[in-house]
Amino acid sequence: MVKLIVRNLSKNYKDKKKKKSSALKNVSLDLDINGIFTLIGRNGAGKTTFIRIVSTELLPTAGKVYLDGIDVVKSPKDIRGSIAVIPQEAELIPWMTARENIYAYLLWRGFSFKEAKERTNTVLSRFKLEKYADKLPRKLSGGTKRKVLVALVISSNAKIIFLDEPTTGLDPISRRELWEVLNELKKEHLIVLTTHYLEEAEELSDYIIILNKGKLVKAGTINDIRNEIGYPYAIKVFGGFNKNIKLKGKVVKKNDGTFQVFSDERSANDLAKKLIKTKVRFSINPTSLEDIFYMLVGDINREEENENE
Amino acid sequence: MKTSKFSQLSASVLANAIYAMKNFPVMLVNTVLAPFGLLIIIFFVSHGTLLNVGILGGFILVMVNNGISIQGDLTHLRNDMKLQDMLVSSPVSPAIYVAGIALSELVFSIPDLIVLSILAVIFIHISAISALTVAAVMLLTFLFSISLGFFISTISRDVIEGWAFMGLISMVLSTLPPVYYPVTYIPMPFRYLAYISPTTFSAIIAQGSIGFVKFSSSFILISWTVLIVVSIALIVFAIKRSRWREE
Repeated sequence: MVKLIVRNLSKNYKDKKKKKSSALKNVSLDLDINGIFTLIGRNGAGKTTFIRIVSTELLPTAGKVYLDGIDVVKSPKDIRGSIAVIPQEAELIPWMTARENIYAYLLWRGFSFKEAKERTNTVLSRFKLEKYADKLPRKLSGGTKRKVLVALVISSNAKIIFLDEPTTGLDPISRRELWEVLNELKKEHLIVLTTHYLEEAEELSDYIIILNKGKLVKAGTINDIRNEIGYPYAIKVFGGFNKNIKLKGKVVKKNDGTFQVFSDERSANDLAKKLIKTKVRFSINPTSLEDIFYMLVGDINREEENENE
Repeated sequence: MKTSKFSQLSASVLANAIYAMKNFPVMLVNTVLAPFGLLIIIFFVSHGTLLNVGILGGFILVMVNNGISIQGDLTHLRNDMKLQDMLVSSPVSPAIYVAGIALSELVFSIPDLIVLSILAVIFIHISAISALTVAAVMLLTFLFSISLGFFISTISRDVIEGWAFMGLISMVLSTLPPVYYPVTYIPMPFRYLAYISPTTFSAIIAQGSIGFVKFSSSFILISWTVLIVVSIALIVFAIKRSRWREE
């Protein structure tokens, strides 16, 4: 378990005209985490800023962050030996083969030549990348390049690995392959991940934080969040939703014209009966992360919705 | 884990010089040929009389071009590969990283330095003291070029912008000033313009040391002073501008 404590974390950026914008606003957290810890949110929600501050790349405007008991704002050097990062849009160095990229990274981290060589060979074999080892990045597929990048940070044996949107731009098969790798790696490392693919977050995450417009919306395991919200069922109604129908729950109108009704088991049952009677098409499922995200972020963005009690 | 600073320095040299030359030998050919274009022109135009000065000019051009190359390389590695972000969150220090990249630029100039040294031995018949003087001048020229390149890398947002800066600075420091010929060939008052470039002083000291042009000892002293002050100023400026962790 790794303890992550965040206190009133804020980050403001200034553009060229000195106009201020806030990427993070007073975020506070106190979590014991392991496995895969995922930050989700829309583009510009503050995910990358959060991860960059926690991984010591960026100084916050205000606030404190303690990772594994270390104050990462004041003592970044104390944590850097235990962390490794793949930033968003990171690329392999194009004039170096996969093997050379991994080897150089390990030397940069301070491993001896002998150990760096051994670790390079081990990680290439562990990730089944031997046949690509001596190829230049331009000859590798997008998925393989991403796999080499993950292999590269894993080879350092860092306890905490930060991956900023590692699957963006990958085809579905490569994405699935990378999920398998991450699921394997989480047994030995804490993986801090950002993504805007909600099904990916649901599939992989042990812990989640939802950010919206720089604010923390929710944090915890998916089950914690689901329980906290209090709506274990999501009913998708295709077609008109009669607002006169009384139910205990929450109704969100989606952009595609459908309605999402979140409710408890009993209300879901009642609503289902009424919808069958009125011959309105619907589906009923346990509330997914996508539903939760839509409900919470929909709230914050004041999208059209009704609250019936 | 105990970190090896030698490994960290070597990583930059391997990544930015050795592997690039190994996997893309055309880069080596391009680098090796760079100083010889002007040298050949000077040789033919002067009917061979400026060959020795031209060889010294070649040394200066190599130091300037490879020194300021650091800005393109740092910008490219930082912006396009996100390497700096990866390394900030690792045990390597900024000083070691930049020193390693600077060293890699020097390694890139080794083939040129070897060819130019052979030419110098054949055509200049340089004494040991002159050789040491030229070496010291080249070191200072490399230091201020690398500092200038580093400084520009901190302000250039894009590698395209960086390349434009590089071409401009290379022209201002190595093509326009009297590096391949003596400053005395420039008529007054235009000669004063040449003194804007610190490489003019590198050339004055180098040309004076082989006895091609006789400069007064006070003028040589002033040239050394300018070169040392410019180098120190640019190093200090570059260090002050450097930032590893973003604010």
